[in-house]
Amino acid sequence: MEDFVIEFMFFLEVLFSGLLTGTLYSLVALGFVLIFKASGVFNFAQGAMMLFAALSLVGFQEMLGVHWTVAFLLTVVVMILLAWCVEKFVLGKLVNQEPIILFMATIGITFFLDGFGQTLWGSDIKPLDIGLPTGSLDFGGIFVDQLELVAGATAGGLVLGLAIFFNKTKIGRALRAVADDHQAAMSVGISLRNIWIIVWSVAGLVGLVAGIMWGSKLGVQFSLSLLALKALPVLMLGGFTSIPGAIIGGLIIGAGEKLAEIYLGPFVGGAIENWFAYMLAMVFLLFRPQGLFGEKIIERV
Amino acid sequence: MSAPSNPLLKVNNIEVIYDHVILVLKGVSLEVEKGSIVSILGANGAGKTTTLKAISNLLRSERGEVTKGSIEYNGADITAKSPADLVMDGVVQVMEGRHCFEHLTVEENLLTGAYTRKGGRSVVNAELEKVYHYFPRLKERRNSQAGYVSGGEQQMVAVGRALMAKPSLILLDEPSMGLAPQLVEEIFEIVRRLNVETGVSFLVAEQNATIALKYAHYGYILENGRVVMDGDATDLANNEDVKEFYLGLGGDGRKSFRDVKHYRRRKRWLA
Repeated sequence: MEDFVIEFMFFLEVLFSGLLTGTLYSLVALGFVLIFKASGVFNFAQGAMMLFAALSLVGFQEMLGVHWTVAFLLTVVVMILLAWCVEKFVLGKLVNQEPIILFMATIGITFFLDGFGQTLWGSDIKPLDIGLPTGSLDFGGIFVDQLELVAGATAGGLVLGLAIFFNKTKIGRALRAVADDHQAAMSVGISLRNIWIIVWSVAGLVGLVAGIMWGSKLGVQFSLSLLALKALPVLMLGGFTSIPGAIIGGLIIGAGEKLAEIYLGPFVGGAIENWFAYMLAMVFLLFRPQGLFGEKIIERV
Repeated sequence: MSAPSNPLLKVNNIEVIYDHVILVLKGVSLEVEKGSIVSILGANGAGKTTTLKAISNLLRSERGEVTKGSIEYNGADITAKSPADLVMDGVVQVMEGRHCFEHLTVEENLLTGAYTRKGGRSVVNAELEKVYHYFPRLKERRNSQAGYVSGGEQQMVAVGRALMAKPSLILLDEPSMGLAPQLVEEIFEIVRRLNVETGVSFLVAEQNATIALKYAHYGYILENGRVVMDGDATDLANNEDVKEFYLGLGGDGRKSFRDVKHYRRRKRWLA
C-alpha cells in the first residue's frame, strides 16, 4: 500500500512536469497556428522568430543596461518591424502563389533570421533572466517546477486573450475571413497587406513570449530555433487552425512523452522522449488528419 | 436610353492582359447610369467576369492587368485604385460562386462586409437590420455557419455582405449560378427592390440572358472580349439575333444542321 502511494505520487509528478513542458510546446505552436489561420502559410520561420526575439531581448538588456520591461517593449517594436519587412519584401511579392512557394519563402526567412540574429547579437549562449522564479514548489509531496508553472499560466492567459481577439473584435473577424477566402476578403475591402502585418506581428509577439520562457529554461542559444520542430507534432494533434488545439496538443505531447519515457522507455531501451511525439503525430495523421480541433473542410456536393 | 452625359461608371475601351500574355478584353467600353441596372451578357469566357474584376481591381491578385483604356467612377479615374479604397468609395463586387466565409456564421459574414464602415456599432447594427429586412431568411439563419446554408442563402449572404458596405454600385457576377430558376427569380426580385428603394446601381454579369434582360434597364453583349451589341434591355430582348443566339428562340421551330452552320457564320460576323 505504502509503495502504491509513493508510486502514484511519482506518476503525478511526472504527469505535471510533462503537462507544464507541454504548455511550452504550445507557446511555440501558437505562433504557427496564428499565421496559418490568417494566411494559409505554414510559417517555417516561427522557431527562428522565437530565437530572434529572445536574442534581441537579451541583446537590448546587455547593450543598453535597461530593465527587462524596457527591453521587452523594444523587442516588440523590433518584431512589428520584422512583420512589416516580411510583408513588404517577401510575402507581398508572392500574393496568390501556391502555398508551397510561400512555404519555401518562409524557409528562406528562417535562414536569414538565424544568421542575422547571430550576426547582430553574437552566437554565444546567453542566460536570460527577467526574474522568473526558479526551483520547485512542494505540493504535498509533488514537486512542481516554478518556471513551468509561470509558463503554464502565461500560455493560458495568451490563449484567452487571443480567443477574445479572434472572436470578438472587428480585426479578429477580418483575420478569420481572410483565412477562409482571400479574394472574398479583398472584395469587401479588407486589405490583405495590413492583415498580414498584424498577424505576423502577433505571431512575433507570441514568439517573444515563448522565447522568454524557453530562454529562461535553456538559455538563449541557437537550438531554440529547432524547437519549432517540436511544435509540428503538437500541430498535427491539435489541428493547424485551432488555438485551443495548439494548447491541448501541447499538453498531450508534453505529458505523453514524459510518461512514455518513464513507463515505456525501459522496455525499448529508453530515450524514446525524443521520438515519441512524432510517432503519436503519425498515428493521428492516419486516423484524424485535421487534428483534434482542426476546422472541418466543408465540401459541398 | 440616350447617351448619358454623366454616368456613375464609365469604362473606356479597356484592354486586359493576364500573365503578361493572355489578352482577354480587347477594348470594352460601357456605362452605368446612376440608379440603373445594367447587365453584361455573354457565353463562358466572353470576358464578363474579367470586366467586373477590372472595375473592382480584384484583377491584380490574379495576375491580370488593365493595359489600355481607363475606368471612371463619379468622374474620377479609378483604374489603379486598390480594392479596399474602391469599397470605401462605394464600389463592391459580389463574386461569382458566392465566396462566403464558410467558417463564419451568416451574421459574422454580414458584419465583415461592414469592415470599411466608420461610425461604430450603432451604424453597423442599423445596416444589419436593413439587410435582414430585405433578406428575412438570413435573420432566421443568422447563427448558422455560412458553409452549411443552402446555395440560395449563400447568394443572399454574398449580396447582403456587399450591402453592408453601403455601396452605390454593386458588381454582381453570375448570381444565377447553380441555383434553381425559382430562386434566381427571387434573387433578381430583391435586386430590383434594392435598386428602386435604396437607389443602389447594379452591373450584373449573367449567362442567363432571359432573366437578366427581364430585370435590367440596359444591356451589353460580350463576345470574345469585345462588346458586340448594346441597347435598352427591351430592344435587346426583341432583337432577332439576340433571340436566336442568346434567348434560344428560333424564328420557326427546329433547324437543319446546314442552317446551324449558317448561324455560326453569322455569329462570327457579328463578333
